[in-house]
Amino acid sequence: MTCPPPAELSSLTLLGFGDCGWGATLLWGFGNSLLIALGAYFLGFCIGVAGAFGKLYGGPVTKDLLAVYTTIVRAVPELVLILILYYAVPALLNQVLIGMGYERINLPQFITGVIVLAVVQGAYQIEVLRGSILAVPQGQIEAARAMGMSPVLLARRITLPLMTANAIPGLGNLWLNATKDTALLAVIGFTELTKATFQASATTKAFFTFYGAAMALYLLISLISILLFGRLEKTARRGQREQRG
Amino acid sequence: MREFLKLRRVVMILIAAGFVAWCAYSLQWDWLANPKYQWMMLRGLWQTIWMLVVTMVIGFALAIPIGFAQAAGPRWLAWPARVFCSVIRGTPLLMQIWLLYYGIGSLFPSIPWIRDSAMWPILRQAWPYAVLALSLSVAGYEGEVLRGAFKSVAHGQLEAARAMGMPRFTIFRRIWLPQAIQRVLPTIGGETILQLKATPLISTITIMEIYDVAGRVRRDTLVIYEPLLLLALTYMIITGVIVLLFKWFESRFPSKVA
Repeated sequence: MTCPPPAELSSLTLLGFGDCGWGATLLWGFGNSLLIALGAYFLGFCIGVAGAFGKLYGGPVTKDLLAVYTTIVRAVPELVLILILYYAVPALLNQVLIGMGYERINLPQFITGVIVLAVVQGAYQIEVLRGSILAVPQGQIEAARAMGMSPVLLARRITLPLMTANAIPGLGNLWLNATKDTALLAVIGFTELTKATFQASATTKAFFTFYGAAMALYLLISLISILLFGRLEKTARRGQREQRG
Repeated sequence: MREFLKLRRVVMILIAAGFVAWCAYSLQWDWLANPKYQWMMLRGLWQTIWMLVVTMVIGFALAIPIGFAQAAGPRWLAWPARVFCSVIRGTPLLMQIWLLYYGIGSLFPSIPWIRDSAMWPILRQAWPYAVLALSLSVAGYEGEVLRGAFKSVAHGQLEAARAMGMPRFTIFRRIWLPQAIQRVLPTIGGETILQLKATPLISTITIMEIYDVAGRVRRDTLVIYEPLLLLALTYMIITGVIVLLFKWFESRFPSKVA
């Protein structure tokens, strides 16, 4: 495959899917970014729900441990955490596996990326969800307890549905953070959108074409997400009285 | 204090102390004694703090017109300001830094009058791009906060000032701006911490701040975890200092906003 020097190609050819275009690379990176963001967000959400209930209703030791977790993660830059966890998670996993008598495995980069970002997301989600649980009227929870509901049933029928509306704005912001945090994985060499853009523009020297296209893709995600979360909040708030200051 | 020091807390503190002691004894810290690394760490720390303070100040100064344009400006000013905020907030900071450094930085050498100007020795270095990217980031995020703050200043205040016959700029300077800033003061502490956590990104464009220093130590000595742990601890200490500083700072201002 012989391509003319990149300076002679138009932006459209460079961004296209032909032999001389980088469209496939960018789109591959974009897909990777989205998948990692989705995976980290939902894993982080699981950590968040469990952690928020633990922080509110757990025993004293659980509460203290969770406080240490959220404080440390929120005080240290994501990039540093990602770097530490990037080495620590596979090493720890292999230690456990060897200790249990299995062979050591090579964790795929994708899975490591998801876990690492989920640990960061989880700490923030705990705080958002904890706040929204606290905003559920106390009387509702007391009434459910007085009806003899078990804690799981209470969470499922009362707390979770009522807290959803309060949690959505915060969760929406965290989702936007998750999509942007995937860019940090570029620093440890994972080919997501930012890294793909860097490679494409470094090779062709068409910096503004590629960075412009990638920024448009990131903006597209964030605009669509803002729209979706707005709609979700409206659905979650149906039946509530509209509050105007 | 007695509430804090319950038995379980004592046990946890002992476990934490044990962990620190284990780190100190069984991990490799001999590189700390090397004066070359000590000097590098001090310079890196200075670079990080300098970058943090300068970009916060410039960014906040930029955020005031951006927020004001969105809150009260004419359409042709409000619209670009809104687009600016959306782009800054909607794209990763790492990408903005790389766009400025690699994109604009590679454009400059091809323009003759910039190459010949007195600014060129400065523009050839990496730090102007880092300062620009980090300042614009603060301006985007804080501009959005200031938009709300400008809008939430009570209408009666502005009307009263107008009724007193104040010129428009005096109204802005004496009434509108101080009340808006008072409202965003609590967010500035959080924004500073976010900005601190964004500073390691500029190490990717060859600026030697503490994250980069840790990377260099790791590459030179092939020690994996120790520099990173020390780095995380350093960031936690700086965060703690910022929190305390802003607590003190906020206690000096009347916090009651009507």
